[in-house]
Amino acid sequence: MADGRRANLLRTYTSTPHQKKSLHRQTSSPALGLKGHIVSAFHGHVDGKTGSELQVEEDDSSLSHYAVADSPRRRIASIKLVARHPEVYEPCDDSFALVDALVADKGHLLERQPSVCLEVGCGSGYVITSLALLMGGGNGAQYIATDISSIAAQVTRSTLSAHGVEADVIVTNLVTGLEKRLAGSVDVLVFNPPYVPTPEEEVGAAGITAAWAGGDRGRTVIDRMLAIVNSLLSSKGWFYLLTLTANNPGEICSIMKKKGFASRIVIQRSTEEESLHVLKFWREDVKDVGDNGNHSTFSNSLSAKFSRLAFWR
Amino acid sequence: MRLLTHNMLTCNIKGVTKGFPLSIEVQKLETKETDFNPDFLKNIFPKLEWKAFHDAALSVGLNDIPEQVDPVMLEDSEFLQKFHHALLEVHLEEGALICPETGRRFPVSKGVPNMLLHEDEV
Repeated sequence: MADGRRANLLRTYTSTPHQKKSLHRQTSSPALGLKGHIVSAFHGHVDGKTGSELQVEEDDSSLSHYAVADSPRRRIASIKLVARHPEVYEPCDDSFALVDALVADKGHLLERQPSVCLEVGCGSGYVITSLALLMGGGNGAQYIATDISSIAAQVTRSTLSAHGVEADVIVTNLVTGLEKRLAGSVDVLVFNPPYVPTPEEEVGAAGITAAWAGGDRGRTVIDRMLAIVNSLLSSKGWFYLLTLTANNPGEICSIMKKKGFASRIVIQRSTEEESLHVLKFWREDVKDVGDNGNHSTFSNSLSAKFSRLAFWR
Repeated sequence: MRLLTHNMLTCNIKGVTKGFPLSIEVQKLETKETDFNPDFLKNIFPKLEWKAFHDAALSVGLNDIPEQVDPVMLEDSEFLQKFHHALLEVHLEEGALICPETGRRFPVSKGVPNMLLHEDEV
């Protein structure tokens, strides 16, 4: 499983484009129901089923792939789609941006030798599986993944198991039930939140809605997470957070700065529908060995940059 | 769910002071062989609540985990093998975790514990 050449991963994927979180919001019709919409969009083979049954495919030949490769001619690793469910968010640009950020930071991650890695909101399991594979799997770290959806947890379990990755999967709201025992222990925390601005009552709603509905400015769930990062992270802990421009990442960095965290943008990516950033946070009072740049001033420039982005939006 | 996972979980219902360790109700166990990795065991050892691990091992029918432990035992390969097996290879597939204070039952289904709280428990 461990493959030293995974350093230069690029992503190729042959699947039908999945629906972005933002598009869920724009195109979903309460009357039709999200699930029906998604099924017709790219889940033809599950159309007509109740949706309560997890689709697990052993034979991937006819399925879309989430492939991670350094070039089409030298594919070195791929995350395969082995399980899917109409109520589980499938990897899309946001998930890919997050994994690309982890890939970009791989050297630092390996050097840091994390012992506990936690992903909150694991959905399909694409990110936690990628992280574990990226880190070489058997390097002595514990991987934990949580999701509020029990169906997502099962899909994650299938994805992990298909790639030979051992991880603990727990159904819970963010980290409820883990916060005491993991306090001060998490070395790598990864969160791809429900970031789409929605009415507040949609936050945490049943089914796939919980994967994208983020409340006011898409910040409701993000802000809940920001409130607990400080207690979870170890002294050398890193927090990777995916955000949308509408979430006001500059303000997020300011909030975290007040809690003593420095930050930088690892990946910035724009698509027609959304502009994504992957932010990385670490304790300002800990010298960030193995990372580059002067971070204490970086967060200031980051805030300035985001003000500009917010202006242009 | 491995005993490693069990060792990380507490009941967080409002008013519960410790909520740990959760007792284990077994309906179905599975054993899955996994790569033996002494480094992982040594890394995770200081993070474990040993008494809880020992009791959890007993509740899944493993009685070869010593109640008292010393870091020096991590050099003993026979001990490491037993530790490895109990911590990582025995999976609770179906059953429940039960809060020692309230008796609240958290179901474990298809190997995944559900720690979601009801609205009146938060």
